[in-house]
Amino acid sequence: MNNKELPNHLKYLEDNLNKMARTRMLYSIISIAAIILILATGTYVAEESNAGSFVRGIDNFFDYPIALFAKTFDAGFSWFGYVLDYVPDLLYTFNMALFSTIVGAILALILSVFASGNLIKNKTIVWTARRIMDICRAFPELVLAITLLYLLGRSPIPAVIAIIIHTAGALGKLFSEAIENADNKQIEGLESVGSSWLSRIRFGVLPQVMPILLSYGLLRAEINVRASTILGFVGAGGIGEQLNTLIQWNFGAKITAVMFLLILTITLLDYFSTFTRQKLIGGSFIIPKDK
Amino acid sequence: MDKVSKEFLEKHSDVINIKFSKYLRSFFYLFLIISYSIFAFYSLGFNKLTDQFKPDFAAKLIQDSYSYKDHINTKWSDTSDVTISYEGGAFTKYDPKDFPEWFLSDTNKHSVIFNNQGIIDIFKDRIEMKGFGDEEEKNLLLTFKLLNGKPTVEGYTFDDPKLPKWIRVTENKVEVRPSLFERLQVYSEKIEIHRFQFGWKYFFFDFASPFNKYSSSELFLLFFSSNRLDPEISNARFMFNEFLSNEQWFHGLVFSSLRDTIFMAVIGTLFATIFGLLLAFLAAINITPFNFVRFFIRRFFDSLRGIDFLIWSLIFLRAFGPGLYTGILAIAFTDTGTLGKIMSEAIENIEKNQNEGVESTGATRNQQHRFGIIPQILPVFVSQSLYYFESNTRSAVILGAMGAGGIGLLFLDSIMTGANFENVAYMSILILIVVFLMDTFSQWLRRKLIGNVFVAIVK
Repeated sequence: MNNKELPNHLKYLEDNLNKMARTRMLYSIISIAAIILILATGTYVAEESNAGSFVRGIDNFFDYPIALFAKTFDAGFSWFGYVLDYVPDLLYTFNMALFSTIVGAILALILSVFASGNLIKNKTIVWTARRIMDICRAFPELVLAITLLYLLGRSPIPAVIAIIIHTAGALGKLFSEAIENADNKQIEGLESVGSSWLSRIRFGVLPQVMPILLSYGLLRAEINVRASTILGFVGAGGIGEQLNTLIQWNFGAKITAVMFLLILTITLLDYFSTFTRQKLIGGSFIIPKDK
Repeated sequence: MDKVSKEFLEKHSDVINIKFSKYLRSFFYLFLIISYSIFAFYSLGFNKLTDQFKPDFAAKLIQDSYSYKDHINTKWSDTSDVTISYEGGAFTKYDPKDFPEWFLSDTNKHSVIFNNQGIIDIFKDRIEMKGFGDEEEKNLLLTFKLLNGKPTVEGYTFDDPKLPKWIRVTENKVEVRPSLFERLQVYSEKIEIHRFQFGWKYFFFDFASPFNKYSSSELFLLFFSSNRLDPEISNARFMFNEFLSNEQWFHGLVFSSLRDTIFMAVIGTLFATIFGLLLAFLAAINITPFNFVRFFIRRFFDSLRGIDFLIWSLIFLRAFGPGLYTGILAIAFTDTGTLGKIMSEAIENIEKNQNEGVESTGATRNQQHRFGIIPQILPVFVSQSLYYFESNTRSAVILGAMGAGGIGLLFLDSIMTGANFENVAYMSILILIVVFLMDTFSQWLRRKLIGNVFVAIVK
């Protein structure tokens, strides 16, 4: 064998390399097998539990969109009137989303300061703040909103409260991650000249993280517009509720009008937030964590 | 001031003396945000919040979520005939030979003993209650009787100010509710007593189950015992079946719905990552030289993403009906767009050096992709898919409520019936646990796979 002629230390290296290659291979095989297994069981369960099977569903897939477009075509130019009719509802939904993003982001900022280990030295406070954020984040908005809707009646308020709570948790986690990744030298510098805790945050941390926080906030605003549309479906009002009614009555042309408005808004918001984010953080989205 | 300091101050005047206009600008933004918030506060109707909120209703529902009640019903025509039922259900009546220990029967009366030591006695022609309310009222003996066929409180006139506040007398009914945990209703024909207790009763085995009469230690022994309660199947199996088929808590249904929801999230995200990654190569400028292909794929991503998963779910709901496919496909379609976009941007941002290094060894195009590009984008790829997986667990619950099935639909159904708030509480706790576990799992996996990389973009 060739191995015998090799010096001892090289042999050791080669053995280790082979061992690592084998482990790597094993991991790859296991993960691929796991993915295939999950896909297979999943499709099996889906086929068992679904009301219509996959093949039948694929056959009907285009029926609904085609029917919608046919009705839209029949409506002719009055379709543009429908689009304008639903703009107030869209603004209503947008209002809900924007307000809850602002309030949620303020709460998130307060929470995240207490959840960052580099600003608060007391571990109990950090732990508690993190768990509060976890709980706020874990509830899907819908679950909270349905419960509050039942208690408070049909109005936008339950939806807004639900989105605020979820936003505070989700943004708070991202904010605190960003704050913990901030450069400690500036905080230490401020500490060395005897500045207070608040001014350390104001002049040491906020200037560093503000662009990231703002871009997260923008992203959240976009997500919250989608969320408040969905919450409209369960009774919070706005364009979601209109769409729900229209679908129940099957007003084809009006359905496409509302869908068009929604898609337009979401796409515009998406472009706007991507553009602003690129201005703010320069498009780079991996920031290596250097300690 | 010496010359050096003066020069220094002049050189860095923009840092040391911040211009007033800069302050003004930040105040302007602040003013804008505050004035918008005030506008939104009123336009959304937050000032009318207190009018809508019904504290009694909320208290009742919240109490229902952590307590249960037994109904004690009887009629004036024959007060010796008493039925006791769990939550007032027609199929959950206690056997008269096996009444609970807080119900005592004597020759001329029945007594219901409450947790606060208050007692309601049911006689042939009257009801006496004692020991309820605050310290002063506890010594009061209240007697309820029928007078000319109308329920009355003896010794008090209609609308008597001396009556305790928790008694309400109307034309056909006397309602007594000393606290949330006791309630007595006297009608002209029947008498209804509700006795509330803390806890989730029949959580493991339902009312009709043979396992109810055993204590937990006895159940533990029975689980391993070879003396079969049902000769057909083993005790462990029997217990398991009884647990899943619980009529009050629907564990079987809840667990299968949870499984459906988890499957929706997992498989939807898996499909999205697979297709997203494949299409991302076609959309990246440094891989695909054909402009029209890139343009087409990019617009395809945009439209998948722009049509929100809400609208996708509506379309799929028509085609596939309520079920897993609707949820899976809605998640897969939306996130193929998003993940594809992120991946293609990641591919475009890679370091060229590694790819060129691989190329210089004479590797083919596929090998260049495999060894030059994939190792670079893998961290972004893994962390993004796992982030999306986390958020899709929540999306799957939401999709469920929109009609795709799973725990979301079950939750919506049980809250809309409005009767069993304890089931709602149970389900929301389960949803919370599942979401939390999924988050923890994905964070653990992310840390295992890519280490401490801070990725600053999330859904």
